[in-house]
Amino acid sequence: MEDIIISTLQRAMVAGTPLLLATTGEVICERSGILNLGVEGVMSMGAVVAFIVTMTTGQPWLGVLAALASGMMFSIIHAFASVTLQANQVVSGLAMTMLGLGLSGMLGKPYVGKPLLIKMEDWVIPYLSDIPYLGKILFSQGPFFYIAIFLALAAWFLLERTRLGIQIRSTGENPKATETQGVNVFKLKYLSVIIGGGFSALAGAHLSISYSKSWIEGMTAGRGWIAIALTIFALWNPARAIWAAFLFGGIFVVQYLLQPLGISPNFLAMLPYIATLLILLLISLKDPKKLNAPAMLGEPYKRSER
Amino acid sequence: MLKIKTTDRYDITPLRSFMTNILSLLAALVVISIIFLIAGVNPLFAISEIFSGSFGTFYGIKETITKAIPLILIGTGLTLAFRAKFWNIGAEGQMLMGAIFATWTGLNFGGALPSYIIVPLIFLAGFIGGGLWGIIPAILKIKYSINEVISTLMLNYICAEFLMMLIVGPWKGKTRFGFPGTDNLPDSAILGLIPGSRIHYATLILAIICAIVLSVIIYKTRFGYEVRVVGENPDAGRYAGINFLKTSLILMAISGGLAGFAGVGELAGIHHYLGYPASISSGYGFTAIIVAWLAKLNPLYAVFSGIFFAGILVGGDAIQISLGLPAATVQIVNGTLLIFLIMGDYFLNHKITLKFSNK
Repeated sequence: MEDIIISTLQRAMVAGTPLLLATTGEVICERSGILNLGVEGVMSMGAVVAFIVTMTTGQPWLGVLAALASGMMFSIIHAFASVTLQANQVVSGLAMTMLGLGLSGMLGKPYVGKPLLIKMEDWVIPYLSDIPYLGKILFSQGPFFYIAIFLALAAWFLLERTRLGIQIRSTGENPKATETQGVNVFKLKYLSVIIGGGFSALAGAHLSISYSKSWIEGMTAGRGWIAIALTIFALWNPARAIWAAFLFGGIFVVQYLLQPLGISPNFLAMLPYIATLLILLLISLKDPKKLNAPAMLGEPYKRSER
Repeated sequence: MLKIKTTDRYDITPLRSFMTNILSLLAALVVISIIFLIAGVNPLFAISEIFSGSFGTFYGIKETITKAIPLILIGTGLTLAFRAKFWNIGAEGQMLMGAIFATWTGLNFGGALPSYIIVPLIFLAGFIGGGLWGIIPAILKIKYSINEVISTLMLNYICAEFLMMLIVGPWKGKTRFGFPGTDNLPDSAILGLIPGSRIHYATLILAIICAIVLSVIIYKTRFGYEVRVVGENPDAGRYAGINFLKTSLILMAISGGLAGFAGVGELAGIHHYLGYPASISSGYGFTAIIVAWLAKLNPLYAVFSGIFFAGILVGGDAIQISLGLPAATVQIVNGTLLIFLIMGDYFLNHKITLKFSNK
């Protein structure tokens, strides 16, 4: 029994990792006032690029870097449409999802079903990994787990404790006032969208080269959309995103735990999506003022004439 | 030095709007061509194959109209929702729920009832199923301020799994030899086809009637006016005493209901039984988003943009076979078209002048 609990929690951490990466990216992006619904597509792009590069070069870290670069470059499209052309961010994000899923399907077609034999070694932290229970769950995981937590904390520090972070946040709250302070609002929005895209692509890289070690169309399975919901659940705070993501990782894993009990696998597969609706319901019971949503989220910003 | 100056444009004529759409589509075609080139396919050949595959042959035209039926139904429904800035991304699930309700009705009552009763009944059931699945996100949005993009998407996944649960479980047909799927609907519930085609004409006529009725609703009724106010100026709407909950419930019942109609058409016109979710709808709910957008949210135009995008789906199938391109190609084409369409709006709403100055 003990073993089952430990291995479940261990897998919950693995399943929560891509959610954390993507949520952190979306938090940064939305804090600047830009809603990016393209997460699912960018994640898929990251997954396929990481897989192809890792498979052909044999270097998983090269795959990760390539995924990061592809996600950032791909997100420029959304930044251009929503910032420069003030396009509808909802529709632009949807188009990004279609495009991302389509391009990754095309790029990845020759690789469908091929197993990846290169393994990323787990990072077993000396001493800490010897702690009973916790050591196995938290300190002997794959590299993405630590990277995701580090990046979430770094993003929290960036947004809450640095000048750049304050500027990004005030861009999402009141771009006009921010601009009068001499801040280049357009540049900050571009930066935030691009960083956010990089994070989503990292999430995809984790899925294809570390989590499932294979590529198949649609493998992101709505995780990008769940990340967008988790952004709200985390109240746009990357530090809160950490436990939100791993809680959801647990919901993904619990399906496999309950399956032997004879519950319909299709019903269990619904759980993450039902849970997403439930947490949004839960959060809506809070005072909307405490929700902390960026005031100008999704509103196109029109630069004043100079 | 070259300076770009943009000013707002107020003289937006239908012609200018139409030409902007055409130019956006052409610009998208250029980008799609580049993608084809990179994929090692002659873009001119591929694009001409898409259009000759869909509109160039008699068979192609018949298939295009077949696939246009669900796109028109869902697309017109989305024009209503999008006008209220209600981003219904859940047509896929609403369509499936419509098919589920229709299957239940058809299997339980179809055997005893003649066609002229059971066919309207299954369409009614489909409308109710899709409509109910559509008003859930409306309640969630207005009562609990839950973002409808997320809720409609989650409901898509939930509905697809629910359908699977039914067809591998209690609804599994005896005639399917262990494969997932219900038994066939009784003959009286099956829709007639135009001979030599897969066009279930009842649904086609229904789709066109819906587009006409919806455009009357949007442009000629108080409800349509309220929908537009909710979308364009919610503050004014609140001030004028518009009941947001009621308006959203009705518009999503219609939007979801029309998607439900589409589900009934696919079920009773094409497949005749409830099978895998992906076979009932191969992404019609998402393609219809672009249909609505290209139609400038006008239900009547959605008939034509529905046919256009059905052509791309059929042509996309054709080049998959003839050029060996993956199924994802259609998504690339659709995504690119959509992004260029919304980018084009900027050039419709703004006047851009280039100025040369010596400074």
